[in-house]
Amino acid sequence: MIENRPLLTLFSHLVLILGIAIVALPIWITFVAATHDVLRMTQVPLPLMPGSHFFENLDLALNKGLSGGNGQGVARMMFNSLVMAMMISVGKISISLLSAFAIVYFRFRFRMMFFWMIFITLMLPVEVRILPTYEVVANLGMLDTYWGLSIPLIASATATFMFRQVFLTIPDELLEAARVDGAGPMRFFWDILIPMSRTNIAALFVILFIYGWNQYLWPLLITSDNHMYTVVMGIKQMLESAEASPEWNVIMMTALLAMVPPVCVVIFMQNLFVKGLTETEK
Amino acid sequence: MLKKVHFGSSVLPFLLVTPQIIVTLVFFIWPAGQALYQSLLVQDAFGLKTEFVWFDNFKALFQSAQYWDTFERTVVFSSAVAVISMSFALMLAVMADRIIKGSGVYRTLLIWPYAVAPVTAGALWVFMFNPTLGILTYALSVLGYDWNHNINGGQAMALVVMASAWKQIAYNFLFFLAGLQSIPKSLIEAAAIDGAGPSRRFWDIIFPLLSPTTFFLLVVNIVYAFFETFGIIHVVTAGGPASATTILVYKVFNDGFVGLDLGGSAAQSVILMIIVISLTVIQFKYVEKKVSY
Repeated sequence: MIENRPLLTLFSHLVLILGIAIVALPIWITFVAATHDVLRMTQVPLPLMPGSHFFENLDLALNKGLSGGNGQGVARMMFNSLVMAMMISVGKISISLLSAFAIVYFRFRFRMMFFWMIFITLMLPVEVRILPTYEVVANLGMLDTYWGLSIPLIASATATFMFRQVFLTIPDELLEAARVDGAGPMRFFWDILIPMSRTNIAALFVILFIYGWNQYLWPLLITSDNHMYTVVMGIKQMLESAEASPEWNVIMMTALLAMVPPVCVVIFMQNLFVKGLTETEK
Repeated sequence: MLKKVHFGSSVLPFLLVTPQIIVTLVFFIWPAGQALYQSLLVQDAFGLKTEFVWFDNFKALFQSAQYWDTFERTVVFSSAVAVISMSFALMLAVMADRIIKGSGVYRTLLIWPYAVAPVTAGALWVFMFNPTLGILTYALSVLGYDWNHNINGGQAMALVVMASAWKQIAYNFLFFLAGLQSIPKSLIEAAAIDGAGPSRRFWDIIFPLLSPTTFFLLVVNIVYAFFETFGIIHVVTAGGPASATTILVYKVFNDGFVGLDLGGSAAQSVILMIIVISLTVIQFKYVEKKVSY
């Protein structure tokens, strides 16, 4: 604090509270909608205060879905989203750790060529190569599988770069000492590199989990079997049928369920999240 | 790049890079090459005959008024998202930076929209502005304003801009706050001693010193608005009404998967790739140099 201006401080608090109110408004309205019954959700104006049907709606959304639907709730979709998010984050972290290790600690032919091949993936978001990637996955017979959902999203230059950065800051003496003690490359990798980059791995995991959980276009294209749908896709489908049967209580409960896991990750692992966000963007 | 102390060549490093290289080749480089190749082909409506036409697909795109409209719309859309989201976030970050007590609580309450999926964000906003039931539609009608984004293109655009900007506030807020906290306090103290008030200090010292962060965020926000808002648009307006909210990424999807114009869609992908590559290069060039004074 440079100078004491109580009025300005009060003003800052007011602006922040107002800002939070604006940011939180959509979530509050969603939560309220998820606590009323169907009938109340068709009467204008809609409620602004929570009702008493929260657990009823939770049960409906998880186990039954919309009344006009196929009777499949979103529990299965939540599970699919979880599997996809986990496979993407664990997969990305593992292959990036290995390739960053090779690029930083070994001298071998084509090292720079491999580096550039990985670098190029930074410039090709899924959205721009979507049609041909779909064909590749279809030809490999991976439509409607967890592999198809996750592997094409696994290669990542950002993770490789981050680990490269981390490895470069690890002092050379450690490698020398490990060698004197007779450790081979893989021993060095497991017993020294991995433990030393633990927090970076955790931070990256947080970011990748959110990234994986929130994928939409890719799962939309490659799944046609409703046992493989993810919860984010489920919302879209429910919205489409909302024209005919507006069961907003169930739809908004589904939206809430889709939000809870990634939002919890951000709130409870806030410091790791911030670290991950700022480091992958370097 | 390479450690001074390193391991010698053997099979091991090749084995280590193999998983990533295979995934990259199969799911990135090969499909990108395919997109390039397909952009030079024309396929008839039944997919029976394919003809190599050189750059005709690109010529057709550049001559199409509709494509230029989409281009213009994308630029308007992404500038609106970037400006709204960044200015709102900067204002909040400046306030949070002033406060000593409780700034952690404010941060927690402001960052979680980052975790909400674009589709979910779209669902929340489309619900609030639902033409018959929405709470905000009702509030607007009390004020005497009719809202129906299913008919009114301008309102549809406003809605997708709001939903997209809302989701990005958290990210911008975090980076602005970090940028503000890294400005040396001595500079601001010196200005205060010279008699500069809070707003003078902001515009003459803090804002210019924040320019590397601002520039970085501008690029990130534009990339976000170009590509990651697909889910929001798909849920909120599906590109309508009368393609009032069809941006470039949405058109690639629509022409390719719905219209089945593979060559045209591939040509559009190639143009998008060029845009991403230029944005990435600009970002790297300037972020490396750290725009400074």
